[in-house]
Amino acid sequence: MRVFKRSIDLAATLFILLFSIGVSASSSSDEEKEGAVNTQEEVESYILHHIKDSHDFHLFSYTNSEGERKHVGFPLPVIVWSSEGLVAFMSSRFHHDDSGNHIVEAGGTRFVKLHSKIYELESGAEEISFDEEHHPVNAHKVLDFSITKSVFGMLLIGVLMIVWFGGLARQYKKKQIPTGFGRILEPLVLYVRDEIAKPNIGHKYRQFTGYLLTVFFFIWILNLLGLTPFGFNVTGQIAVTAALAIFTLVIYTFKGNKDYWEHMLWMPGVPVLIRPVLAVIELAGAFLIKPFSLLVRLFANISAGHIVVMSLIAILITMKSELTVFGSGLLSFVLSLFITLIELLVAFLQAYIFTMLSALFIGMAVAEHDHGHDHEEEDDAEEVRADFI
Amino acid sequence: MEQLLNDFSPGLFVMQTLIMLVLIFIMAKYAWKPIMNSVEKREEGIKDALDAAEAAKKEMQNVTADSERLLKEARAERDVLLKEARDIKASIISEAKEQAQVEGDKMIKQAQATIESEKKAAVADIKAQVANLSVEIAEKVIKQELSDKDKQEKLVEDMLGDIKLN
Repeated sequence: MRVFKRSIDLAATLFILLFSIGVSASSSSDEEKEGAVNTQEEVESYILHHIKDSHDFHLFSYTNSEGERKHVGFPLPVIVWSSEGLVAFMSSRFHHDDSGNHIVEAGGTRFVKLHSKIYELESGAEEISFDEEHHPVNAHKVLDFSITKSVFGMLLIGVLMIVWFGGLARQYKKKQIPTGFGRILEPLVLYVRDEIAKPNIGHKYRQFTGYLLTVFFFIWILNLLGLTPFGFNVTGQIAVTAALAIFTLVIYTFKGNKDYWEHMLWMPGVPVLIRPVLAVIELAGAFLIKPFSLLVRLFANISAGHIVVMSLIAILITMKSELTVFGSGLLSFVLSLFITLIELLVAFLQAYIFTMLSALFIGMAVAEHDHGHDHEEEDDAEEVRADFI
Repeated sequence: MEQLLNDFSPGLFVMQTLIMLVLIFIMAKYAWKPIMNSVEKREEGIKDALDAAEAAKKEMQNVTADSERLLKEARAERDVLLKEARDIKASIISEAKEQAQVEGDKMIKQAQATIESEKKAAVADIKAQVANLSVEIAEKVIKQELSDKDKQEKLVEDMLGDIKLN
């Protein structure tokens, strides 16, 4: 009961924090207008902006007594591969501009930031111009290796994981049973090993635990980080989930045994004419459907969760006129508290599902079939013959 | 779909791949491997300890059963020994009795035989003495009485009568 109460407290605290960023969001960073977010359209554009990656770490904004917008946060390094080679500068040089108006000259070429993307202006162009669909015509995207907010979050979580689990590993040198925080981490590690790796892969599970454990905790902690008011949305970036899915694809493709490839390319036990058809289906399944399902599931769940939580918080603003501040605040509080609790579950669940499916795909690729098909056929033939005799 | 493709950042993809590779490498080497090894070692230790406890329990049961069996055997042996001793005692007693009986009988018989022979000897002696005495008496009587015929006859008759009485 006490634990339950505590978790409620925790959730409430979390909500207040979320709520505070909601408010700061409401008055912050729709960069195009540089002003507060008060209308439904502004809220929508703010939310869509949030679920994208960003080049600076923005905490909150406020309007000071002189009526100036102030942004609180810190810049992150921008590293891009441009026509002039690798160029690096701090994101503060864009001055929070996200509409392509502010031109940064670095490394002998010019850059603008438009909708969270860095564009390089064509040589000679003085300012960015758009066609009628609002696509830039005299600028092109560059390969962006920046330490963006997502990369920053991943690095943070990577360091955190190394510190936590490295610490746990060191504890075993002195004692059999870990103490302190390690006592929380150990059952989680054992959970992944016993509930995800072992049942899905079988006795060869050991060599894949490195990947599965890393991916599980990486996704889970990043999902949880996404629920904090810092506004990370790392596992909601399609590039991140795509990279993770491709890791799984590479592992089960290169670790797949002879049986796996035989069943994929030249399915035994079916008429020869059907075999090529099956091979096409199996290849599509292995190289497109499986990784695509992995990457889309994680990306969509986390992005959707962020959108829902932020929309519910935004009720405070959008329904203020209908329900008064108190009414909309209460409604927003209750709904987003509820959804945030569910999101806590989803954070774990998506990490679990991603890891579990990865383990399942790997397990299918390395499974030994004992040539069961041949034996079964023989047995059947024997039985049939016995029936006739 | 166009929006999704537009949102896809190849740079972020590359960064994520690099970070993930490094992270997997570091975590596998410095965290997961030692953790897995220690946990497995511990689990094995626990399993061994449990097995050992089970074996000790079984051993204990065996020992108890053994000692009980030994006790039982010892008791049975004691009973057998006691019974044997009792039998021996009884047999010794009866044997002694028999021997004593036999010995006694023998002695009695010998005594009887001796008595008989002594008696016979005594009777024979008495007879001889009686005969001598008779002869001597007869001599004297004859010497004294042969002068008188009547007396002679009377004497003979008396004497004969005496002998018969004897």
